[in-house]
Amino acid sequence: MILATVAFYVFATVLIVAALLVVSARNPVHSVLFLILAFFNAAALFVLLGAEFLAMVLVVVYVGAVAVLFLFVVMMLDIDFTELRQGFLNYAPLGMAIAAVFFGELAIIGSAWVFSPGLTVAHPTPAGVTNTEALGRILYTNYVHVFQGAGMVLLVAMIGAIVLTLRHREGVKRQSASAQVGRRRAEAVELRKVRPGEGL
Amino acid sequence: MAIGLGHYLTVAAALFTIGIFGIFLNRKNVIIILMSIELILLSVNINLVAFSAFLGDLSGQVFALLVLTVAAAEAAIGLAILVVYFRNRGTIAVEDVNIMKG
Repeated sequence: MILATVAFYVFATVLIVAALLVVSARNPVHSVLFLILAFFNAAALFVLLGAEFLAMVLVVVYVGAVAVLFLFVVMMLDIDFTELRQGFLNYAPLGMAIAAVFFGELAIIGSAWVFSPGLTVAHPTPAGVTNTEALGRILYTNYVHVFQGAGMVLLVAMIGAIVLTLRHREGVKRQSASAQVGRRRAEAVELRKVRPGEGL
Repeated sequence: MAIGLGHYLTVAAALFTIGIFGIFLNRKNVIIILMSIELILLSVNINLVAFSAFLGDLSGQVFALLVLTVAAAEAAIGLAILVVYFRNRGTIAVEDVNIMKG
């Protein structure tokens, strides 16, 4: 019990500090790396909550795909980041004020809410099966349409990203299979009489 | 002292606030703004999973999975738009995004 408490505080503290460094790091590459650290600690919190499957999905999807995508874009684009940081400190007081208002409102809500007395549990966690199996059982039965909708969202995002970034540049040599297959001997080979010492 | 639902909600609230703060702090840098949005969505996920665990209701985790999907799609589209914008303008400063203004 004491171990779980200590683990929660360690993971939560590292998560918050990493998140703060994400938004305030000088170099965007460091920001992405701190984002990866934050995701790992969030995954650890999920494990503490007993959601092992989501923890693994968080590591695979966020660290393996999204963070690497961010890293790729940061390194691919040749951006002058010092210019983008101008006015950084001018925005800080406004941002802090709005963040304080937000956190205050969340604290007010957090101190006052209660569970509804007539609360019913839609899908109780079954005993004796792993988290992954229990999640799979309701995901592929009760939530199958939502699941397919999520797949559709990913398909649209994939097609959209390809359509946005694909470009056909002029003047690039390309292979034309039909032209290659369609050519005949008469237009491809020419016999010339070459006299010695003159060339063509 | 046992860790309760309130502890997780506090962490999620702090993460959400940091995300909002990051959007205001990096007004010019779209990449950091996208990362801040990822942080906000992560805090939502922590809330969903915490409620799911403490209520013993698995549907919260299903919805966390869907939020994860949307976050991945949003990051892909956002970065694709960013790449196209950088190709056209040579910069990613958000304050220049007003050329459609009449």
